[in-house]
Amino acid sequence: MAYEIRVNGRTHAVDLPGDVPLLWVLRDALGLTGTKYGCGIASCGACTVHVDGEAVRSCQLPLAEAAGREIVTIEGIGSPETLSLLQEAWLAHQVAQCGYCQSGQIMQAAALLAANPDPSDDEIDEAMAGNLCRCGTYPRIRAAIRTAAQMMREKG
Amino acid sequence: MGRLGRITRRAFLVTSVAVAGGVALGVWQAKRDLPNPLEPDEGEIPLNSWVIITSDGYAIVTPRAEMGQGVHTTLAALVAEELEVPWEEIRTLHGPAAQAYFNGALLRAAVPWPDYEITGWKEWLADATFVLPKMLGLQVTGGSTSMLDGFEKMRLAGAAAREMLKTAAARRWGLEVEDVRAENGKVIAPDGRAIPYFDLAAQAADIEPPSDLELKPRSEWRYLGHAMPRVDMVPKITGRAGFGIDVRLPGMKFATVRRNPKLGGRMLDHDPAPALAMPGVEKVIALEDGVVVVANNTWLAMRAAEAVAIEWEESPHPPTTPAQIARLEAAFETEPDSVMRDEGDAVAVIARAPTDKVVEAEYRVPWLAHATMEPMNATALLEEDVLTIWAPNQAPTLIKAKAAALAGVPEDQVEVHTTYLGGGFGRRAETDFALIAVEAAKAMPGVPVQVSWSREEDMTHDFYRPAAMARMKGVVNEEGIVAFYGRVSAPALGRQAGRRLSGVASPGPDRMIVEGMFDQPYGIADYRVEGYAADLDIPVGFWRSVGNSYNGFFHECFIDELARAAGRDPLEHRIELVRRVHEPSAKVLEAVAEMSGWGRSRREGVGRGVAFTYSFGTPVAQVIEIGHADERIRLLRAWIACDPGIALDPLNVEAQMISGMVYGLSAAIFGEIGFEDGAVIQSNFPDYEALRMPQMPQVEVRIVEAGKPLGGIGEPGTPPSMPALANAVFDLTGKRIRTLPLGKFISFA
Repeated sequence: MAYEIRVNGRTHAVDLPGDVPLLWVLRDALGLTGTKYGCGIASCGACTVHVDGEAVRSCQLPLAEAAGREIVTIEGIGSPETLSLLQEAWLAHQVAQCGYCQSGQIMQAAALLAANPDPSDDEIDEAMAGNLCRCGTYPRIRAAIRTAAQMMREKG
Repeated sequence: MGRLGRITRRAFLVTSVAVAGGVALGVWQAKRDLPNPLEPDEGEIPLNSWVIITSDGYAIVTPRAEMGQGVHTTLAALVAEELEVPWEEIRTLHGPAAQAYFNGALLRAAVPWPDYEITGWKEWLADATFVLPKMLGLQVTGGSTSMLDGFEKMRLAGAAAREMLKTAAARRWGLEVEDVRAENGKVIAPDGRAIPYFDLAAQAADIEPPSDLELKPRSEWRYLGHAMPRVDMVPKITGRAGFGIDVRLPGMKFATVRRNPKLGGRMLDHDPAPALAMPGVEKVIALEDGVVVVANNTWLAMRAAEAVAIEWEESPHPPTTPAQIARLEAAFETEPDSVMRDEGDAVAVIARAPTDKVVEAEYRVPWLAHATMEPMNATALLEEDVLTIWAPNQAPTLIKAKAAALAGVPEDQVEVHTTYLGGGFGRRAETDFALIAVEAAKAMPGVPVQVSWSREEDMTHDFYRPAAMARMKGVVNEEGIVAFYGRVSAPALGRQAGRRLSGVASPGPDRMIVEGMFDQPYGIADYRVEGYAADLDIPVGFWRSVGNSYNGFFHECFIDELARAAGRDPLEHRIELVRRVHEPSAKVLEAVAEMSGWGRSRREGVGRGVAFTYSFGTPVAQVIEIGHADERIRLLRAWIACDPGIALDPLNVEAQMISGMVYGLSAAIFGEIGFEDGAVIQSNFPDYEALRMPQMPQVEVRIVEAGKPLGGIGEPGTPPSMPALANAVFDLTGKRIRTLPLGKFISFA
């Protein structure tokens, strides 16, 4: 049976079994490849997306449960032409190296700042602990989140 | 990028001319010898193999794997600096697999001398090592060599193109080329008239550049030596960067691979029926050692691959970690594979020394997986006798040659597209992932097939960092270290990899067993290093910093033990010993001492360790500070000083130094691959952890430029991190842990 899912404000019909994780629906059925596969067991955070505003590991959310919810991926929060504030901060700090984990890092950080506009260093560490980066970009991620928080506060 | 990325097969027919011979330097000779593999579309005018002028800017071919190390940005800066074009108007492309893009510096480190000693006739010989990569067309990203290879070549490419454009303009104006200047993408006449490069390019393309190209002095650099915005940053932070696993083609099928977990064993029998009965599954392709399952969705393919009933052959290797360690131990009873350092008579000095002045220790490190964030994958399409491959890889010309042989098509009918790499660390210098995709493509002619490995398949079918052991002896007196005798046992990685990648095991001693041990700039009068080749053929590969990753740990922990046994401060004594041999290295150690306030008294409950290694042409010193957090140990701060000769992009050097350190710290604390029943035990991040943000110490990096030659930056940050942490643990706890990972013996917060 076909499912309808809503991603980045658009509705898509997906003809895949209901147990296929959202990650693989996004990547293989919808061509939204910004969301990455890293481990398949929610231990690396590379597949993080927003589901009804919460950061969720899309490798763990079956299609049948994703249907009917509001999903936002990295492609939905900004584009090369119009970066989101958070992405501006990422750019300013030249965060990415290989870049593979960065979609997940940014989605996780966006959810953190939406819930906590002025996180402490410990709160940042705690929120980001599930997002692995083998290139070791952590110091610049921390700095970018602090910068973004400040930019958002200044903007009101 | 679209049209530029379309480099047609016709170009390959042109490039398949016989191997060019002889030693040639500079871009002009390179241009003459090695055909330009670029086939432009309308509106694109290549001036040489690296520079393409387009109607809307400048495309620069940066033919090295971008795996996070920032290589596309700095290679582009080298060209743009001389080409005189605005940074905002350049774009980069990896370009095709081609002999023209050989890495001339790749084998420089294969010479049997420490890097800091390469002067005079050794320099001449080291330079001559570039002939082989050129002949073989070795387009490889590895060994932290991209800048060493590209520093002159890429600037000459930019300068050659600039002079061609200036000549074209001068001819148009009836002026001498000396009278015109290039600036900001235009050639300008003395009276102020200006012609944009694009309007000159067609004419310039037929002009031969002068052979005596002059490069700008450093004082005039505008891009080099400065932090440049990375060309890959915006795509990577918006989810638009195309990694291998992101390749999407019309009609493409999604596949995965499942191979014998007992490494080296074949598949004896299999029943694909259970998999074929599952939703979305289209085909099960038998390989010699496993299956590729093709479906309409990667996850469905992965589930179905688990359902194939398979009978596996046993592994030909010792099946358990203890059995493998026994082979490492046994190697010490054989003749040494190498004695690459032998100054004075360390053996005799140790034999004569009073026993209370002799220090002995044994060290061990485990196998390690690369665990790139992007699991192994590749995509291939076979149409009649034309094979196209898309792969995140570090060795496109090797893939091209091996894929041609496997598919039975002429090499000039193989096209390799190198995508972004979600981490490489040496894993993607192999060709296995691309060849498995070719196997799948062979079974499904006319259909593009993407084979993505599960994380489990990736971790259990790696080319592992060798497990290794060291038996160390040394003698001290009240002034410090007087004798050092290191013996290292490891699988012969250099020979195994040589056999696998080139078909020939390199003759002579295996340098990779002892690199990082024999080639350190310490002035110790009696200094001997022996390498022992263990009889172990488990697949091993290049893991960020290769042999330095274990020898850095052995050497620097033992130097620490010896210095303390002599009652000397381990950092001060290092400076003293290193200064006897290599002043820039001593300066790096002094820098880290100053940054960390080494001599000052420490806070209670804080321990510090120092380590120094010289690898890939770059000396790096690190101090790591740790403290107690309840019953556990927490990383607090770290200081890194390095001397890469010239910091071509200081912000990127900083990023790479931290990155290298984090990669090493992950291994030092968590990293271990073990074997049971011939198969790898660890399979995913929960049992092969890496440093996460809460564990990340505050880090400060200082770049010292003491006038030494250009060195690498991608790998040299890794080797000192592991011993610096182990030495800090000793400083804090008094516990000398000589086996990695440290997390097996103490808990980290």
